[in-house]
Amino acid sequence: MQCKSMVVSNTEVSPGYYRMRLTAPQEFARSRPGQFVMVRVRDAVDPLLRRPFGIFDLGSFETEYPDAGSQTYFDILYRVVGQGTAMMSSLHHGDRLDILGPLGTGFDPGAASTEKILVGGGVGLAPLYYLAKELVREGRVRLFIGGKTKEDILCVTEFERLGVETYVATDDGTLGAAGLVTEVLERHLHEDPAGKTLYACGPMPMLKAVAEIARRRELSCQVSLEAHMACGMGACLGCVVAGRDHGEFTPDYRCVCKDGPVFDFRELRWV
Amino acid sequence: MTKPDMSVEIAGIKMRNPVMTASGTFGYGEEFAEYLDLENIGAIITKGLSLKPRAGNPTPRIVETRGGMLNAIGLQNVGIDAFVDKKVPFFRTIATPVIANFFGNTPEEYAELAERLDRIPEVAAVEVNISCPNVKHGGIVFGTDPRSAETVVKLVREATVKPVIVKLSPNVTDVVEMAHACAGADADALSLINTLTGMAIDLERRRPVLANVTGGLSGPAIKPVALRMVWQVARAVRIPIIGIGGIMSATDALEFMLAGATAVQVGTASFLDPSAAQTIVREMELYLAEKGIASVKEMIGALEA
Repeated sequence: MQCKSMVVSNTEVSPGYYRMRLTAPQEFARSRPGQFVMVRVRDAVDPLLRRPFGIFDLGSFETEYPDAGSQTYFDILYRVVGQGTAMMSSLHHGDRLDILGPLGTGFDPGAASTEKILVGGGVGLAPLYYLAKELVREGRVRLFIGGKTKEDILCVTEFERLGVETYVATDDGTLGAAGLVTEVLERHLHEDPAGKTLYACGPMPMLKAVAEIARRRELSCQVSLEAHMACGMGACLGCVVAGRDHGEFTPDYRCVCKDGPVFDFRELRWV
Repeated sequence: MTKPDMSVEIAGIKMRNPVMTASGTFGYGEEFAEYLDLENIGAIITKGLSLKPRAGNPTPRIVETRGGMLNAIGLQNVGIDAFVDKKVPFFRTIATPVIANFFGNTPEEYAELAERLDRIPEVAAVEVNISCPNVKHGGIVFGTDPRSAETVVKLVREATVKPVIVKLSPNVTDVVEMAHACAGADADALSLINTLTGMAIDLERRRPVLANVTGGLSGPAIKPVALRMVWQVARAVRIPIIGIGGIMSATDALEFMLAGATAVQVGTASFLDPSAAQTIVREMELYLAEKGIASVKEMIGALEA
């Protein structure tokens, strides 16, 4: 759907990283963890294209007026990396944004019996929060967060409040273990190799490493990809990723926006 | 105040209004059905088709630029067979004309595709993309050489009775010469412009942003060039012109019509707002009503220059 959302709040949660809460119509509540929105930063042609953001959280709050019912809202996390996100960071309560969503495929929550392991890198971890909210109702959920430095580790408190066991790794060791989040993940899996489902969301090198771990250890694994997008709807073919059997004479490109962003790791070609 | 007549006709294609959606920006129509009423636009032009399925270019394929974007999708498409099986059935569910855009690597491929499309009743017309390299002639782009363009258009003309629209490339020294070549080969209409070749560079990585290095520029940035070319071509040929290039609003669309376009195509605007084409139609109608103009056709070529 397309809607005009109102900014409820826009808070800097870590230097350069923001969490924005936006209103949405009731039907938006059907959004699944793993889906995303395409945000039109302003009603102008510069910046031209919408920006994609994973849905971090979704809920509803009671409005001020007793008979007006409740208002659906959703949260996104974003990092200021360029012109569009810089404009977003200056928005306040009451400002309006044109939103397309929910878009894309969501995570498959899987069987309640398997243990769930979430792996997130930087702002890419956003959809994992919404996913964790659902998964904690069914069993043990562990989260491995990675980032360059402690400022890139976001929302640990929020995850812990849900009851998610959180492990942190930073490249420079300023928070948690020093090293890659996938190294920390490996160590934990080594101690306890029973059947688990991995859900990973972050930069491509991290996803590749997680996919490799899943392959070697024969674990279920879903990855959520990031991509530069124009339409967000599977029409322009700008955001494609190669499917497992993709070859020069057997093309198999998938749109991250429509066939993803969540994929079973076995569906993709990892090079 | 009676509603203005928004209808136009091009080579027998009757459109309820002059706003069409551009190839490559609207999928096959179905993708946008939840954002606008497909019956509210004049025509839909499908993603470019080839004989065999085509993978397209490696990513990155798109990059935003100032007031525009570059794309190097590489003409990825499902191929004519899958088109017939999977995409055509949807066209039967809408009254809006669906026009098939297509291309080939050789003149013979253009002819073969035109022949196949001729046999599909759900396709109202064809739009020939000549902005592709001729692999038989050292990769010279058909649309940059008048003789090559003429050859292709003649073959397509012979292969189909459906209206033939030829989409012109702006990456030429003289677009009027190209227009003459295509009109002379009996094209029914010309659509222009396709994208302008451009490039983007990542300073930090010291590399081109696009995997293909160059890509096609579209969006508001190209409108002045497109408008100029539509104006030049409209004065030179007698067949109808369809204007394309950075149309974001009714004002833009009407300017193209003043310059000589009978209809327009909306492309990149649909990425900003999926219902852009529909909104543009509505706003054109409002403009005409306010000005007391009875028919949108009165705008065609009405520029006082």
